[in-house]
Amino acid sequence: MKVLVPVKRVVDYNIKPRVAADGSGVETQGVKMSMNPFDEIALEEALRLREKGQADEVVAVTIGPQVAQDVLRTAMAMGADRAILIQTDAEVEPRAVSSLLKAVVEKEQPGLVSMGKQAIDDDMNATGQMLAARLGWPQGTFASRVEIADGRVEVAREVDGGTETVSLSLPAVITADLRLNEPRYASLPNIMKARKKPLETIEAGSLGVDLTPHLKIVSVAEPPERKAGIIVETVEELVQKLKTEAKVI
Amino acid sequence: MTQPQSDNTAIEREEMAFDVVIVGGGPAGLTAAIRLKQKNPDLSVCLLEKGSEVGAHIVSGAVLEPTTLAELFPDWKERGAPLDTPVSSEKLLFLTEKAALPVPALHLLMPQMDNRGNYVISLGAFCRWLGEQAEALGVEIYPGFAGADLFIEDGRVCGVITGDMGVNRKGEEKPDYMPGMILRASQTILAEGARGSLSKKAMNTFDLRKGADPQTFGLGIKEVWEIPAEKHRPGFVQHSFGWPLDTHTYGGAFLYHFGKNLVSYGFITALDYRNPWLSPFEEMQRTKQHPAFREHFEGGRRIIYGARAISEGGVQSLPHPVFPGGVLTGDCAGFLNMPKIKGIHTSMKSGIIAAEAVMEAIQTEQAEASSYMERLKSSWLWKELHAARNIRPAFSHWGMLGGALYSGIDSMIFRGQAPWTLRHRHADNETLIPAEKAPRISYPKADGKLTFNRAESVFLSNLSHDEDQPVHLKVQDMATWKNTNLARFAAPESRYCPAGVYETSETDELVINAQNCVHCKSCDIKDPDQNINWCTPEGSSGPNYPSGM
Amino acid sequence: MTALVLIEVENGRVRQASRSAIAAASHFGDVDVLLLGEAPAEAASRLSGIRRALHAPSLKHALAEQAAALLAGLAGSYSHILSAASSTGKNILPRLAGLLDVQPISDVVAIKDESTFVRPIYAGNALATVQSSDSVKIMTIRSSSFDPVSEDGNEAAIETLETPADDGKSRFVKLEQSQSDRPELEVARVVISGGKGLKDASNFHTLLEPVADRLGAAIGASRAAVDSGFAPNEMQVGQTGKVVAPELYIATGLSGAIQHLAGMKDSRVIVAINIDPEAPIFKVADYGMVGDLFEILPALAKAL
Repeated sequence: MKVLVPVKRVVDYNIKPRVAADGSGVETQGVKMSMNPFDEIALEEALRLREKGQADEVVAVTIGPQVAQDVLRTAMAMGADRAILIQTDAEVEPRAVSSLLKAVVEKEQPGLVSMGKQAIDDDMNATGQMLAARLGWPQGTFASRVEIADGRVEVAREVDGGTETVSLSLPAVITADLRLNEPRYASLPNIMKARKKPLETIEAGSLGVDLTPHLKIVSVAEPPERKAGIIVETVEELVQKLKTEAKVI
Repeated sequence: MTQPQSDNTAIEREEMAFDVVIVGGGPAGLTAAIRLKQKNPDLSVCLLEKGSEVGAHIVSGAVLEPTTLAELFPDWKERGAPLDTPVSSEKLLFLTEKAALPVPALHLLMPQMDNRGNYVISLGAFCRWLGEQAEALGVEIYPGFAGADLFIEDGRVCGVITGDMGVNRKGEEKPDYMPGMILRASQTILAEGARGSLSKKAMNTFDLRKGADPQTFGLGIKEVWEIPAEKHRPGFVQHSFGWPLDTHTYGGAFLYHFGKNLVSYGFITALDYRNPWLSPFEEMQRTKQHPAFREHFEGGRRIIYGARAISEGGVQSLPHPVFPGGVLTGDCAGFLNMPKIKGIHTSMKSGIIAAEAVMEAIQTEQAEASSYMERLKSSWLWKELHAARNIRPAFSHWGMLGGALYSGIDSMIFRGQAPWTLRHRHADNETLIPAEKAPRISYPKADGKLTFNRAESVFLSNLSHDEDQPVHLKVQDMATWKNTNLARFAAPESRYCPAGVYETSETDELVINAQNCVHCKSCDIKDPDQNINWCTPEGSSGPNYPSGM
Repeated sequence: MTALVLIEVENGRVRQASRSAIAAASHFGDVDVLLLGEAPAEAASRLSGIRRALHAPSLKHALAEQAAALLAGLAGSYSHILSAASSTGKNILPRLAGLLDVQPISDVVAIKDESTFVRPIYAGNALATVQSSDSVKIMTIRSSSFDPVSEDGNEAAIETLETPADDGKSRFVKLEQSQSDRPELEVARVVISGGKGLKDASNFHTLLEPVADRLGAAIGASRAAVDSGFAPNEMQVGQTGKVVAPELYIATGLSGAIQHLAGMKDSRVIVAINIDPEAPIFKVADYGMVGDLFEILPALAKAL
């Protein structure tokens, strides 16, 4: 079985995002970019499936400009066998991304798509579900455990207040949550070897997908700073305020 | 320490061989890498950078004198080098608490401070650009990997060992443990910046400091601000000396307008200061309140914070820069020109010269790049450093005013050719006086708008540091810390560390918040008994400075 | 314009997060709600301000595949389709969006007009105002930003829906409720955190737990408290720990280092209890109380 792992290049999670002074967005020029952490987890899961003999090939794919190759090199250094860059300089939203990925799935015919539950830049949490919908495949979102047996995949999902387990026929889409696994390092020898692994580039325009955003970013602002509230003198006063004023208890 | 061998040879490690391995992706290392490939594209050149990417650990003013860049790439403009802001006007101020007196006729009185023709740059952006040029020439750059140890065989450095990954706080292997790798090299170029840990080991192992004055360092602490467009004066350069430092302490502030509404502000405090109550961080913060500085920040927001030690000693303090199997370049040797407050063009020049010497050693199959020293001595770099040599020590000898006076005389009358050389007499760890004999300094409280505390500041360094790894600031003996640091000097590390790494607990124990470390190296330098040893943490740890830094 | 809200029922009551989503939906005109599964639809029909309660009792486990297919069939009658930004909503609505070729809008915190919304990006470090050009707007709602509608005050019509056939591709296996009585940090409605001011690990239990029990709160810790061994690593709230945004965050005996604030500043209401009136935590707290937490916390447990 082939596993396809879509990965996204995002502002590194250690960087404190800074809103551009003109409100056009978050500064991404000259800041460290890396693979979306949830995608690393999704990739790790695919690698483990291969190591267990349940998958025979792991293919990483990303969508973006030429420089987005660097996350594909990282993916291959972690262990992906090969990689595909869907090249475009356009800003693409999950709607377009899921369409492009559908085209890749149709070409590659993977038995499983393993991807992060959301990207830490737009926090949309939509692409996996949309891809599954477009393909007519079942979905196992927010996965904290993945087991493959008898042509199905059992996915434990992190849901509000507990864990839900679903069983999906293959092919399927799973989206990784934080606790699914602890991704491995890309070791220096593997980074060196990854330079020689195959990386295919496909022009996004050649896939016949409308990339026009349906969601326009009007402006981006810093969240309002919290202001100091009031000082209460007694516990009774505090409880009173929480009940009647803040209405939280 | 003087036994020439690697510390951990027992572990089985993967190996890879290169002609040249370079440790450090700053201006010296990148320039050396570029020069090697320019001269001989067939050489295999590998460059390690402990930061998560090239530029991630780069802190500098910076005003660049583009001389060496033009030697390296005569077509640097066409190549899009990020030199976007020519210096447009310049001031050197002597500060008192309330006033600022400009030094008149600067280019005559202090010709070394004349910045006409220079550029205000972000060294982080510049190094990223150099990194792209190097990669285009075929240099293999591996960011996120620290050179953790020298790989020594038969008394010769034969490359470096990268750091182990996946070791927990107790030193045990985690499930994702990965031993470091041996990168073999015919020649190893150390370009780690001031107080590099492998440079320190090389100097000790091969006794490279014999006959040299002790190195003396400065701690530079820097902020980048974004200010309203209408207040931005691209290319404006201002330096200050005097207040708030005491007259025994060398240092001062810099402020540069550059880029897109950005202001670089920073403060350098010489680490041979005497008063253990002194806090370079607070000196830096309070200088912003001076009228000559305050106005530049109004309406702006602080966006980056960082710190780094620099070498100030000059030629007197240079170690012998050659050892079997490798060379020292840039600021880990100490090629910075302190009176000029510039080290980029000199670092780059040492990188060019080192590359040429190393190439010759490889061609002739010599263990030592012995021509490095002669090449250095016949270069403009040596002349420049030699001419500047007496100014920095004059400040240690005669204090701030005497030093300034001497500096004027040295430049105007002797033009750097004085028939004597002033020595650096003490290493920076030897200069503190006991806390009870030193005047306490009361620093104003941070206001959260113009001035800040350490925690808020370090937040803007974008630190990454897996907490479950061994503490990389190794205190050899806690009893020594109690007897010396705490009892005699009232725990000076809690004040000189610009990142709040060191705290003294209520029960008088030393608390080390290693995850706050911005890799400035001041503790390794200033600790009185040299009881703190800065080692490389896991690769990619430390600050992630964006490219405005 | 008419809006449809996918709601969730827990123990016979409509979840507060769903009721907040209805409040958001009321900006767009009439509101219908859709309830999946066997829970009685009466709870839904009583919801204040709704027009109709649609009920699909056969969709027992609200599997996304069937739920999205059902919603796609209904979508033609609605201008907006909403749900809470819950794990159920986030599982189903983007799939619906995929079926309809619509770009969904997650975690809406403010509504500017019928097609312009505000949502957090970069883990709440920035707020984006976005405008949708889709004919049907599909969005999930951050419950802390909208006051929930009342559970009672209506008798809306209930309409039972036929559901599409199940193709068996996705099967429900089981649902395990969290073992601990205490909710998990990231999803708790109330969080109470302790810092170094608690002095040792046993005080974490004896002082914080009684208050947490009364409020059904999760317990968190500052990094200093974790470093001092008062609490395990997984309890750490902050930049390097967990980022939480509960309805109520009670910070006790912690100064509020910026790294900690980064992990909790999006909480709706912040209470700070600290002996040091200068502690930075008071600068972000809605309600502050200066004093000895060894007296205040037991008194608080009693008063709740």
